[in-house]
Amino acid sequence: MIHSKKLSTKIGIYCLLIAGVLLSIAPFYWMLVGSTLPSGEIFRLPPKLLPGDYLAKNFQSLNESLGFAKIFWNSLFIALVYTLVSTLISSMAGYAFAKFTFKGKNLFFFIILCTLMIPSQVTLIPLFEMMVTFNWLNTYQAIILPTLASPFAIYLMRQNMKSVPDSIIEASRVDGAGELKIFFTVILPVTRPAMAAVAIFLFMSQWNSLLWPLITLNSKEMFTLPVALSSLIGMARIDYGQLMLGTTLSTVPIMIFFLLLQKHFISGILGGAVKE
Amino acid sequence: MEQTEKAVNTKTNFRVKTRKSLLTPKNVPYVFIAPAFLLILIFTVYPVISSFILSFQEVRGLEKSFVGFANYSRLFQDPVFYKSLLNTFQILIVQVPIMLFLSLLIAVGLHSSMLKGKAFFRISYFMPAITALVAASIVFMILLDEHFGLVNYLLSFVGIEPIPWLTTPFWAKVSVILVMTWRWTGYNMVIFLAGLQNIPSDLYEAASIDGASKVKQFFMITIPQLKPVFIFTVVMSTIGTLQLFDEPFILTQGGPNNATMTITLYLYEAGFKFFDFGYASAIAYVLVIITAIISWVQMKLVGDE
Repeated sequence: MIHSKKLSTKIGIYCLLIAGVLLSIAPFYWMLVGSTLPSGEIFRLPPKLLPGDYLAKNFQSLNESLGFAKIFWNSLFIALVYTLVSTLISSMAGYAFAKFTFKGKNLFFFIILCTLMIPSQVTLIPLFEMMVTFNWLNTYQAIILPTLASPFAIYLMRQNMKSVPDSIIEASRVDGAGELKIFFTVILPVTRPAMAAVAIFLFMSQWNSLLWPLITLNSKEMFTLPVALSSLIGMARIDYGQLMLGTTLSTVPIMIFFLLLQKHFISGILGGAVKE
Repeated sequence: MEQTEKAVNTKTNFRVKTRKSLLTPKNVPYVFIAPAFLLILIFTVYPVISSFILSFQEVRGLEKSFVGFANYSRLFQDPVFYKSLLNTFQILIVQVPIMLFLSLLIAVGLHSSMLKGKAFFRISYFMPAITALVAASIVFMILLDEHFGLVNYLLSFVGIEPIPWLTTPFWAKVSVILVMTWRWTGYNMVIFLAGLQNIPSDLYEAASIDGASKVKQFFMITIPQLKPVFIFTVVMSTIGTLQLFDEPFILTQGGPNNATMTITLYLYEAGFKFFDFGYASAIAYVLVIITAIISWVQMKLVGDE
């Protein structure tokens, strides 16, 4: 009697959880299907739930209206350079804050923490003026540089570098290793998991970023994926087939990486909020 | 003999080289923080100060003139600005509790019932959190179409008349809330789940021995133990919602009739549609002040207990 009651609660919980999974996943399926249908078929009742044969056609029209390869390259190049450099400089700063005592340390760190608390919207107008002055509108550096030093990444790296034992740093110094060598061959290898998480966090925030690129990029061939997708919506007649395909192509690569590197991904996106 | 000498030589050479190297334990921390710190000074600290000054100026082309509090007083008489504040807070107050409740519910469900396939559930629920807000908003824009959208089609089976999701003020807000909830519930669920897993199991064992029921254990142990996690998710969700932009920009462009105009969307329009830089800066500073007050209150609530 008690046993069957337990079993039925268990089944109930399963059903609810699976319903939730369906709600989470269904939009992805719909997106994939939509990218293989012409605009008219996407808005048809009853809806088509199986893939059509319009994928190539959608890709062709997406390429005609956006120059898709260039836009994908823009997003990828920006996100990769940003991630590499930002991870490196935040690791360097994190290391200095975690493992050295120096004059002004607390002040420097306090300033960085303050910028962490301020909504980034405040910087938009002066940054835009700056980009105009430097003649940097529609350039990669305009997207990459302003957020290149991420206070959040610095903070996370500092927290992680703190757990590196001082003794191994001292030992390397005694062995005559230079400071740069210690950083690259001793410190970075032991903090690799933290760096991976920070890198994923930075990559995702850049890959998905809309507001700042929207402000600084107005020539089509410099668009990033989110800006390009939002420009498709602004058109007088929206071609939903190519819109769905563009959305799919900007999401699927991330999905693949996510499925390959789930653990790193989850802790990366949660930005170290979760320790497992 | 010669060989050993050579080896010793190279070794001393190496030593000399390191000693002469520009980086010493004394200056190395400055060199290491320099790139990050200079970038922050140029691209964050300077703009924050500049924006503050701009909020007291009127910008016309290249001319800037001080106008005192004119931007702020205009702001406090601007019905659209009030509307954007009200919308942002309405969305905040409805969305954050619903989302966190759902997240907690799923996390508890996953945690408690010795389920098989926990990893599968965790990944599936987390999937929406990897999508760009732009992508999520586009897919929902199509799903929520009044006449041909899948959502209304499915609702018609349970006898619900087509809902004008994106075209009436009330439902437009609901749509924004739906997209936000879809995008962030799994994200917060994973945080809760980790919090649940960190609660020491002997607390429950002790309670069971004392004869406390499962429900009682939930309220006496789980909820209090989760408090730090709870506060973290509330603070993060609140800050995120105050900066809401992508979803209303894609779904409804702030409409209909400004029903989904948010603070950041209004800032964007003032700054980059009308190039009213002084006014946009004033909006930005109101956002800073609101964020500061709310963060302070939330910190205070934590500190008291």
